[in-house]
Amino acid sequence: MLHIHYKDYDALRAHGEETYPHECCGVLLGKSTPEGNRVQQIVRAGNTRTDSAHNRYNIAPQELIKIQRQARGLGLDIVGFYHSHPDHPAQWSPTDFAEAHWIGCSYVITAVEKGKAAITNSFLLTGTNEEDKKFEDEPIEIDVVEYVSQQKGQA
Amino acid sequence: MNIHIPTPLRSFTSGAETVAVKGGTVAEVFKNLTTQYPELQQQLFSTDGKLRSFVNVYLNDEDLRYLPEKEATSVATTDELTIIPSIAGGACRTGEGASRKDSSCCSCCPLL
Repeated sequence: MLHIHYKDYDALRAHGEETYPHECCGVLLGKSTPEGNRVQQIVRAGNTRTDSAHNRYNIAPQELIKIQRQARGLGLDIVGFYHSHPDHPAQWSPTDFAEAHWIGCSYVITAVEKGKAAITNSFLLTGTNEEDKKFEDEPIEIDVVEYVSQQKGQA
Repeated sequence: MNIHIPTPLRSFTSGAETVAVKGGTVAEVFKNLTTQYPELQQQLFSTDGKLRSFVNVYLNDEDLRYLPEKEATSVATTDELTIIPSIAGGACRTGEGASRKDSSCCSCCPLL
């Protein structure tokens, strides 16, 4: 189970709409718990695949290192990644699988249909190494209550 | 020197996020790292002993691949090594120049 606040869930979907018709990408910071990965912050990243940004994404390692440092400073870990599939289903592709190396992390994919965010799915990369890794469907629990109470607190 | 371990490899370092390893060069540090944590050998290196292609290693802010001496680069105890697997992907394998409705795209494409 992936646990995420509504504001973060909404923000990653909005990111996909903003970059449409190109793929967006970003990093999920939080903590891995026995109940699943718990997202506490999302960080937008640049897609370096400008040559084929409509159906490819890549996060520069230098940017990933900066994000990892940021996470360390916040006492958080990288627990997953997100990207969009413009006009394409929110299912992992062979490319997504081949390029997935963060075992134990959640890979969130949002389909963006004609510029509007549609279905968002999460897949947990399980296994112990490159040879036995696999994606498993991962339910998403969206924490709406806390978001609503925060909004009320700000009012 | 300190080596920063990414989330997926921490199960092989007893959960440690940062480990201290001795060595005068990057290669020595890696040798000592995999001696200390043997399961990392298979995770980081292919059977021919080369770093796996998706494993990025940074010495401070420099990509090891672009350092003139690569693994033979000397290191100081104050240096930091960061191991960071790559992150990439995308909707279609046959992307470059291919039609979005290319039937060889991926398993979900027949839905289109």
